[in-house]
Amino acid sequence: MRDSLIYLLVFALGIVLALVGWIPELFIPDNMAKGILYLLLFFVGIQIGSSKHLFSVVKSLGFKIMLVPAATTIGTFAAVILASFLLPHRSLTDCLCVGSGFAYYSLSSILISEYRGAELGTVALLANIIREFFVLVFAPWMVKYFGKLAPICAGGATTMDTTLPIITKFSGSEYVMVALFHGIIIDFSVPLWVSFFLSL
Amino acid sequence: MLTIFLVIVSGMAVGYVARNIPATRYTGKIIGVLIALLLFSLGLSVGTNEQVIANFRFIGLDAFVIAAAATLGSVLCAAWVYRKFFRKKDKES
Repeated sequence: MRDSLIYLLVFALGIVLALVGWIPELFIPDNMAKGILYLLLFFVGIQIGSSKHLFSVVKSLGFKIMLVPAATTIGTFAAVILASFLLPHRSLTDCLCVGSGFAYYSLSSILISEYRGAELGTVALLANIIREFFVLVFAPWMVKYFGKLAPICAGGATTMDTTLPIITKFSGSEYVMVALFHGIIIDFSVPLWVSFFLSL
Repeated sequence: MLTIFLVIVSGMAVGYVARNIPATRYTGKIIGVLIALLLFSLGLSVGTNEQVIANFRFIGLDAFVIAAAATLGSVLCAAWVYRKFFRKKDKES
């Protein structure tokens, strides 16, 4: 939660500085942003590869655990396809790009704005922050009416970090491993899905 | 897309090989700094983009619709998987 606040502040600071007209020359070159983006993706890869949880969890829970990230992905895409009819001014692939952020707002918005411009990047940033916010606020209600997996699937990529404490609290500690595994898998899939829908 | 995939997979390979090196503890911090840097530059391009600033309210509404749909869809799928595959195990144990 503290990280989310810092990111939002940094983003807002950028907007304010640009509105005031004080833009550091350093941030203008486009190819530099792309370089930093690839560096970021490389480190995301290192984080996934060096994670010690991944393999032990698969062993302890077996193949059934794969159903959880699958449910997240299928549920999200199906609902976003339906929602795109409510947003006729946005193309289906643009909606799916935003949806495939799975609450990983920082990475998805950066990727999308790099390839589709700041407008859709901002949609992605807000939509995926709102998704994380929904989990933080509605987790107890989700568990009550939709079962213990509900806040995990809703949390998308954040279930390995920011929403893990709240999931532990309301789904129970026996679901910590499920949430961690789910978060790692979705985390890894975000840049792949986003770039897949960007390429369509 | 292929570039992105290759960059992540090579990162994973490096991470797996280096997983017992203490320095990998800092990857989270490095990622945080890089994200902050890129979000700052996204903020700058939003602030200089008059179209985005003028439409900020509608952008927010679109974001809300997509977020609500994505959350609801995954919650419904989660409920189905839970009932079908997980609840029984909880009761037995």
